[in-house]
Amino acid sequence: MDDTHVEAFAEAASDGIAFDGIEAAVEGGRYVVETAAESETTSIADLDGLAASYPEYISNWYFWHAKAPQAEPRWAYLRWLENAESTPIPDRYDQLREGLTTTWGELSITVTLDEDDERVYDLRHVDDTGTDADSLDAYDDPLDARTLAKHDDRDRYRPLKTAPTLQSGWMFPELGPTELVQTVDFFYPATISNWHRDREGELDVTHWRDTVDRQTGIYGVVKTWDRGDGYEHVNWVAEACCDDSQCLKRREWQYDEETDLDVDGGSGEFPCREPCSLVIAGARQWTKLEGETSQTYEFELTPSEKEQIEDIIDAVADGEADDIREADIYEGANRYRTRFLRAKLFDDEGNPGGETEQ
Amino acid sequence: MDEALVIAAHGSHLNAESSTPTYDHADTIRATGAFAEVRESFWKEEPSFREALRTVDADEVYLVPLFISEGYFTEQVIPREFRLEDWDPELWDSDGTSATNATLTAEDTDQTVHYCGPVGTHDSMSDVIVQRAESVTGDSNVGEGFGLAVVGHGTERNENSAKAIQYHADRIRERDRFDEVQSLFMDEDPEVDDVADYFESDDIVVVPLFIADGFHTQEDIPEDMGLTDDYRTGYDVPTTVEGHDIWYAGAVGTEPLMADVVLERAADAGADVSSAIEQVREETGGGTTAAGD
Repeated sequence: MDDTHVEAFAEAASDGIAFDGIEAAVEGGRYVVETAAESETTSIADLDGLAASYPEYISNWYFWHAKAPQAEPRWAYLRWLENAESTPIPDRYDQLREGLTTTWGELSITVTLDEDDERVYDLRHVDDTGTDADSLDAYDDPLDARTLAKHDDRDRYRPLKTAPTLQSGWMFPELGPTELVQTVDFFYPATISNWHRDREGELDVTHWRDTVDRQTGIYGVVKTWDRGDGYEHVNWVAEACCDDSQCLKRREWQYDEETDLDVDGGSGEFPCREPCSLVIAGARQWTKLEGETSQTYEFELTPSEKEQIEDIIDAVADGEADDIREADIYEGANRYRTRFLRAKLFDDEGNPGGETEQ
Repeated sequence: MDEALVIAAHGSHLNAESSTPTYDHADTIRATGAFAEVRESFWKEEPSFREALRTVDADEVYLVPLFISEGYFTEQVIPREFRLEDWDPELWDSDGTSATNATLTAEDTDQTVHYCGPVGTHDSMSDVIVQRAESVTGDSNVGEGFGLAVVGHGTERNENSAKAIQYHADRIRERDRFDEVQSLFMDEDPEVDDVADYFESDDIVVVPLFIADGFHTQEDIPEDMGLTDDYRTGYDVPTTVEGHDIWYAGAVGTEPLMADVVLERAADAGADVSSAIEQVREETGGGTTAAGD
């Protein structure tokens, strides 16, 4: 054990320590120690004796008081990663030596102990949990997470950090506690802070109505979408944008304080406290589109063609259009099938054939 | 007490590169160690303006908008979204290009926030424009025989937008470094389309006063000026248009010296960053002299 750890512990013991299953005090020049694992108090004469008797408790105390970031949300998050509140020392150290893995969105975080019993954090994509380190690109600078978060595996821009499209193939193999929370925060900004507020019962949720009411400029128009006669349109927005398949945050905002939405908020570990800028940008467009009046259009489809249109909408909405194989003409949303439908039904102006407005 | 710097920028839902200058300048400042924490925040990306403050631990935050002009974003959107209590644009006491700073409290986090004017209207921005001209010509003494065009949006969206352009054009003109200095606009006269008509000099450096490269700086302006018929095919620097060599610089906000303007804003609001300013000016080619004339 590092001498500085036991020295710091001994110094703190003079004011009394009670932390993670160990209590220590100084009485008559001797260290009086009691642990949750032992029923009796032990009296120890010197630092060497302390270090020899309680290495794990002391290293644990030192980590949480001198190494882990002290800001409450970060501290609590790191504690949560190793089930600190429910797993006592020394069991926790046994588990840490094996490695404790937690999933956070699409991130997989494994905390282990190195040869000096120091915590080391391994961070990678959840799909790479079992992947050999040699086949992953290794990073050590938390700032690199910003670059990795920018594009998906197909190099498409990710405007929403918590979309379930994080690219894989990378790892941060040896982060310290401060760097770990920084890196997580660059991948998923503010999720740790909001998770902590939520745990403490202090999450400041701003519901749809209040969010919409404060919009100005080009987004001010969204206010006019709420006409005081229901919130079905907001259900549609949440189903379109906030489903687990689109965003890994757990939606906590509702229509307003009294009116919950009817669609599921998702099962994400970290909460979403208000409609985000993508939702508002989408809502602006829908406000305009939904201002139009419905009309009746008449054109004929075979039953298979109707089914095909449903397939195309499903494939686009579920992001599966690109996965349909070129020659898989059995799929309604196949490109050749869709081109055939267009060739048959659409006239030169791109309208479905025989369209009449009634 | 630990202090944090939070940079507020626009960002984009569509353009991956919109955030790049913000990240770059934040990294330059991080490397100086002048602040315990430096964090980027965005209107269109994350962390959002609404949640950026809770990502920093410091009780005291310098908030600098990486925006060109004073107006809608700096006076309404940013203070509202950061929940700065008792904000009033009067606190900056600005004529449209003279914003200072105001010390406020964030309603949701109780942090003390020194809300600074935008980088675009700080005096040291004139230095960045000149530096951009040096970068694009590869000549640290560029000026003699050259005209300089400072290009902005115009007033269509924000009346102060044109003011910021004029302000820096006037300041640079007074230095007598370039033979001619002219402000040009995208949506009003004098228009950037007619750049060649407004200069007698054979060589014209064109610097758009935009934070990030994107649709306007990479597509509109090069095509409007006749540098290319199709931005996708690119253009030479310089390109000859109507007998003038046009040195098109792209967005001024990508110039590394911009990091200095962010620091200057924080310094004006009381941050103790003088050695960081010196370091950044040294590293980014701004020299060691103080900003201004």
